[in-house]
Amino acid sequence: MASVSAPASQRRPVTPSARPRARHRGWTPYLLLAPSVAFLAVFFIAPLVQGIELAFTSTSGQYGLATFHSMLNDPGFLSALTDTLIMLAIVLPVQLVLAMAMALLVSSRPKGSGFWLYVYMLPLGVSELTSGIVWYSVFTQQGWLNSILTSLGVIHAPVIWLSYSNSLLIIATIVVAEAWRSTSIIVIILVGGLDAIPREYLEAADVFYASPWRKFWHVTLPLLRPALRTALILRTVLAFEVFATVIALAGGSLSVLATKANNAYTQFQEPHLAAAYGVLIMALSVLATAIFLAGLPVREERLP
Amino acid sequence: MADIVIRAVRKTFDRGRVTAVDSVDLTVADGELFVLLGPSGCGKTTLLRMIAGLEAADRGTIMIGDREVTTLPPRKRDLAMVFQNYAVFPHLTVEQNIAFGLRMKGDAGATEIKEKVRQAAELVDLGGLLGRRPAQLSGGQQQRVAVARALAVSPAVLLMDEPLSNLDALLRLKFRSDLKRIVHELGTTVIYVTHDQVEALSLADRMAVMREGRIVQAGPPLEVYDHPASTFVGGFLGSPPMNFLPVAIDGAVSPGPRSPDAACPDDGPRAMVGPRGDSFPAPEAMRGWCGRELLAGIRGENMDVLSERAPGAVAGKVLVVEPLGAQTLVTVASEDTEVKVLTAPGYTAPPGRDVWLRPAPDKVRWYDPDSGAELTSP
Amino acid sequence: MRRAVLRYTGAALLAAWVLFPMYLLTIGAFSVQSAIYHYPRDILPSLSWGTMRFFLDSQGVPTALGRSVIVAAITAAASAALGIPAGYALARYRFRGRDAYRVTIVSTRAFPVVVLSIPLAVFALQWGSYDTVWAVAFMHTALTLPFVVLISSSVLTAVPADLEEAAQVFGCSRPAAFARVTLPLAIPGLAAAGGFALLMSYNEVFAASVLTLERPTLPAFVLNALTSSPEPYKYAAAWLLMVPTFVFIFFIRRYILGVGRAR
Repeated sequence: MASVSAPASQRRPVTPSARPRARHRGWTPYLLLAPSVAFLAVFFIAPLVQGIELAFTSTSGQYGLATFHSMLNDPGFLSALTDTLIMLAIVLPVQLVLAMAMALLVSSRPKGSGFWLYVYMLPLGVSELTSGIVWYSVFTQQGWLNSILTSLGVIHAPVIWLSYSNSLLIIATIVVAEAWRSTSIIVIILVGGLDAIPREYLEAADVFYASPWRKFWHVTLPLLRPALRTALILRTVLAFEVFATVIALAGGSLSVLATKANNAYTQFQEPHLAAAYGVLIMALSVLATAIFLAGLPVREERLP
Repeated sequence: MADIVIRAVRKTFDRGRVTAVDSVDLTVADGELFVLLGPSGCGKTTLLRMIAGLEAADRGTIMIGDREVTTLPPRKRDLAMVFQNYAVFPHLTVEQNIAFGLRMKGDAGATEIKEKVRQAAELVDLGGLLGRRPAQLSGGQQQRVAVARALAVSPAVLLMDEPLSNLDALLRLKFRSDLKRIVHELGTTVIYVTHDQVEALSLADRMAVMREGRIVQAGPPLEVYDHPASTFVGGFLGSPPMNFLPVAIDGAVSPGPRSPDAACPDDGPRAMVGPRGDSFPAPEAMRGWCGRELLAGIRGENMDVLSERAPGAVAGKVLVVEPLGAQTLVTVASEDTEVKVLTAPGYTAPPGRDVWLRPAPDKVRWYDPDSGAELTSP
Repeated sequence: MRRAVLRYTGAALLAAWVLFPMYLLTIGAFSVQSAIYHYPRDILPSLSWGTMRFFLDSQGVPTALGRSVIVAAITAAASAALGIPAGYALARYRFRGRDAYRVTIVSTRAFPVVVLSIPLAVFALQWGSYDTVWAVAFMHTALTLPFVVLISSSVLTAVPADLEEAAQVFGCSRPAAFARVTLPLAIPGLAAAGGFALLMSYNEVFAASVLTLERPTLPAFVLNALTSSPEPYKYAAAWLLMVPTFVFIFFIRRYILGVGRAR
């Protein structure tokens, strides 16, 4: 019954539960934060500093850019960098569209929306290794895709999708695997964001002559901006870290920056080089974050 | 401008378990300001949302003008709405908010839109605030943006869902009169939902009182106020609510039915209250109810409080006296009933004081104690 | 009506996109081995436990699985113990540094696990904790902590502070008010926050592969064996990594949205 007053969060005038609490002057909040801060100092800040230090020292212990030099001179470096960026540039928009479709469907609350949301969430539980293996089973020469295409009579001989010589095709398969696995996190963030948009705004758009598309474009999207930005940042950062999927699908025939870092450490026992790759990935992540923060400014006063 | 005709509209929620609106018939004339009044949960907002197209009717038809709109989406119904929480878009300026409907409609040029926005803003006194964003506005200003946005599209029908309920008392009073003036100037058909009976009485050309998904009474506000069709309407409309005194027409108030042919006194039927034989005159039309126990519905302002026994007055004891400024509200216990009486501002009496209440005979309404329906003649 | 049909079709197609590959993996893990090597493969093969049994009996698999569970449990417990108090502080107090903490905790995600796990491996080597469940679990805790803080803060914000204040008015101390009023209401959501940490840890590959050598978690073990193992073995491994998480997601599905709600 809509005449029952709306939940406090949706109401514009300040209600008691939304009143700003007085600034707290005691120690309690700091004591509550202290354990997590201490833990992050040891297991986050320290390794971060150490990682940067490792990257900027050579194997002989000298400070400098020697490690970065050897990284740049690594024959596979440039292709790893470009393949990473190409992968990212394709997968991000694909995921955004997919996730937006899923989130809008779920939040339009059809019957069984809980079930749909659960299904769309499932890939959260899929590790990138699993994802790589799943799509390997699809794209491998004797795999599901060729099997199905052959059974349907579309092709007569198996297509080699994971070809050593066609890196774009392999990137495409990685994009598919990533779009399958890691779209859920965006869906979740967008559903959370859509839930936070008071219903009345969307109804006002409906009443005031907006078609579904224009409602999405002129009302939903602007109000969804904070969630959108969070999703983009998180996804970009996570996409730079993808490596098991790449190993499962491409084996050694294609590298991204994260596989390079992993190989440098686990195969060649070169922590300095591995750390240098890590620092590069970090720099790219920070850069991407900065671009999204600047490109999609969020102004609190323009939100519900 | 258009009239609205609603036929047998029904809406249930929770797979039919909850009936929100139960076969409502309603006609709102062109240019009328029509108020839907009822307690929360009575279905008034659901009915409004079905007219808007925000909720689909399970059954029945809705016509706006000569178009049937029952299954049309809101944007094709040529109406506008003011929402309870205003729903002023936070990411748009005041100007963009007011222009929103016109833009989406897409049949006006930029200069025309600008002109219409300016007019609408002026109408609600927003002229200087066009460049602001909603976050920089007070609740009252946001409310005016919501009204301007609705007026700017010159809708055939304007729907308002408790638009004043989030304002504080003083602003509410001012906007109520502003609103009435504006919509009458424009001549738009308005359906206005509220749970506030004062708002309903003050705004409506005609009104309907709803209860449990049904319209229980419709008519001009003063008619509904004067002649509540049921004890529910009488109790809901008016502050204090209508008093309902158990009375027996004619004689002794002994429990149980009396023989129907027991004659009323020749000098006219009387309503007897309590065992002591206090009574007041009942109209000739009530003669047919002789020997029956009924409820006499009397508004607080239609009784005098007397300090001595008098003919046509009923004994009681003062429970509490509340000065309201322009009037004094006196609560009196008469037999087992608490009666609320409005009397002159200076009135005082200590609790426990014996008083006599004298109803104005032509203002008393009569109700069936079981069904609560108003009785005229049998 | 047409819209509804369109909507359901869309929802179903998207669901199929999610579920069909999972189905393919499942039949890969449970079909008789010869069916996997038959070309073209049959999407309705005869099923058998053989592949799964073969995988589970392989040397190292049961211990790796056990280690994964232990690591995930430590991660969940540690990140809950550290993160819930922080979530509570964010939900209930306004204090200097609150926003700075929020920003820091969110932005930890901008620092890739790659850059953290390599120096951590170096540390661990120096401290003699390399190749232990603790090193992996603590690395995972650092990764999951921000999510636990965000989810528990959103869960605790949803419990009205007024209730807690009412309990204090009626004589509870602040901790007692939390324990008697807020905790019972928030416990499913807080458990979900821990569950989310469990999930992320169980699935994490990079840090696990860098921080272990002889004693890997299941994902790290499978990764090491990837190039040298037959296909049915991979499918069984992937299936085993995937399916337990679905049960988990089912129980925490309502609260996962807290990640999206927290700004």
